Amino acid sequence: MPAPVSTMPEDAPATASPGEVLLNVENLKVHFPVMSGVLRPRRIATIQAVDGVSFDLRRGETLSIVGESGCGKSTTALAVLRLQALTSGRIVFDGEDIAGHGGRRLRTVRRRMQMVFQDPYGSLNPRMTLHEIIGEPLLVHGFARDRAQYNARIAELIDLVGLLPDMATRYPHEFSGGQRQRIGIARALALEPDLLICDEPVSALDVSIQSQILNLFLDLQERLGLTYLFISHNLSVVRHISDRVAVMYLGRIVEIAPADELFANPKHPYTQALMAAAPVADPGVEVARPSAVMIGEVPSPRNPPSGCRFHPRCPHAFAPCSTIDPAFDLVGPTSRVACHLYTTPTPSHDLVEAVKNA
Amino acid sequence: MTHLLQVEDLCVSFRTDRGIVRAVDGVSLHVAAGETLAVVGESGSGKSVTALSILRLLGDAGRIDSGRVLFEGEDLGLLNDAGIRAVRGNRIAMIFQEPMSSLNPVLTIGMQVAEPIRIHRRVSWKDALDQAGALLERVSIPDARSRLNDYPHRFSGGMRQRVMIAMALACQPKLIIADEPTTALDVTVQAQILDLLRALTRELQSALILITHDLGVVARYADRVAVMYAGRIVETAPAVELFAQPLHPYTRGLLESAPQLNRKSHARLSTIGGQPPNLAHLPRGCAFSPRCPFVGEPCLPAPPPLEWVSATHARACVNYA
Repeated sequence: MPAPVSTMPEDAPATASPGEVLLNVENLKVHFPVMSGVLRPRRIATIQAVDGVSFDLRRGETLSIVGESGCGKSTTALAVLRLQALTSGRIVFDGEDIAGHGGRRLRTVRRRMQMVFQDPYGSLNPRMTLHEIIGEPLLVHGFARDRAQYNARIAELIDLVGLLPDMATRYPHEFSGGQRQRIGIARALALEPDLLICDEPVSALDVSIQSQILNLFLDLQERLGLTYLFISHNLSVVRHISDRVAVMYLGRIVEIAPADELFANPKHPYTQALMAAAPVADPGVEVARPSAVMIGEVPSPRNPPSGCRFHPRCPHAFAPCSTIDPAFDLVGPTSRVACHLYTTPTPSHDLVEAVKNA
Repeated sequence: MTHLLQVEDLCVSFRTDRGIVRAVDGVSLHVAAGETLAVVGESGSGKSVTALSILRLLGDAGRIDSGRVLFEGEDLGLLNDAGIRAVRGNRIAMIFQEPMSSLNPVLTIGMQVAEPIRIHRRVSWKDALDQAGALLERVSIPDARSRLNDYPHRFSGGMRQRVMIAMALACQPKLIIADEPTTALDVTVQAQILDLLRALTRELQSALILITHDLGVVARYADRVAVMYAGRIVETAPAVELFAQPLHPYTRGLLESAPQLNRKSHARLSTIGGQPPNLAHLPRGCAFSPRCPFVGEPCLPAPPPLEWVSATHARACVNYA
């Protein structure tokens, strides 16, 4: 298993990635119908929660999806796990298109992709002990040959996530928030998955506990060669844990790049606005930073703006933005941006310079 | 110098299933006119209870055991019910975390913003609604006057929090207490709301107590900071000084363990070990001692008092730096 490498933009071209592609998502769409009427309900609109999302995830890598509430990041995660029906698109996991899988074939794949949920309080059954919670996936998937192996595996998992053996008979309410999240992680790891999908796994935790859990994620990745798809709205957390970051806005990925590059040099105006809005825990930095508050709010995905979906709020919007949907083009060896500033051939160069100088 | 608000040795306890729990234990703090004080702490540190105690909003289970709250020289604890009601929403206003549940779903936005004006200023509904329209304009709600007759469910989370700010500002309070006002909101909306709050408090010369767990928010918006742990203030200092030179091990741990936007990725974070304190079973002596890397003999006999190391910087630790 290759060790996870933190990809530095200077010395790591696109080919020197940690491993082969484990997950490939292509043009994923999840649309929700809006129905009206009681006796004869009819579709009056469609919410395009996820509308054409594509990304690759390599073995041993951490890809984070960031964005504001309603941008479709959680729906994307659920669709990859097939916990949410998709409208169209391909989900290729380890060479196998699982978008159409059902029943037993789906269960076999799901063993290899597990989920850690946001709410460590709501995602554990209050009537089960720690031992039973971690053991349940082993029973469901017939993962243990006998009682001894079952117990040994549970003891191993309890130790792996930093809990103590004598806690095995306790119930969820006897644990703190951080400990409960450790239980959630142990349960997800029980079946030796390749891919862990983590939906806001530390946002419900206190600051002093967040760092413990983030370190646990990094340690586990190193020891087990795990691949993470990490969903978060917290840019500091994302910067810390990710190899690459995808920024979503209104159901689309608008920028994807190696983490260090994205944070050092955000290209899409929305990414820039997100970074400017996130406060830095250092008054010296904050005093020096101009207050750059983005205008307006995220429009309804029921009726997304024409052309580039960000154009009504974009400080750099120009003629083509309101009519032409920008392509999601490569801008450098490992980064893609969906923005006319970088993709339209002639006028863009001046504009990029203008934006840089502004 | 007399302060706008002075809280002296406040102790608050709650009746729970597990007996009486001391949620706030000897908190003293002050806020000057026009100043922004951030109160930082994790869940259960007593920061919200301190805020609620100032306006005597604790409900039936909570009790102020001792201490005084002086506002413009007046002891709020001595006021009768009518007296404290005349202060709430008038001279001191409060903004809560949940804009979804803090608004009444069956009253129009206009009525809810106009209500404090009508109560405290004794004007007609027509005049109060007129002022409410002006307030909604000042908090940058688009097309404000036409939205007076809308109900809260027609507003987004960020817009509801703007409405809450409009309500809080309605009577031009001297002090605004904002309890995690942006925790439920996205970062871009958070920046909009807090920038707005800062601009309006400056304009009105109001003081602001900002309760938060987000050190980034503290760095951007606070003049001074009070750090709470297990019901006590463990350190207080001007914001710049606190970040540059934390003098309590807990503050230092918090600052070091928070992942930061301008720090490189993939390094291990330093952590504060152990679990947050359980108020029903606090350790002997300093409540932070079981998690403290600098723990020693002097920490154990009793919780250390908050001692001033300079005119503006105090900490409650006997064994560190």
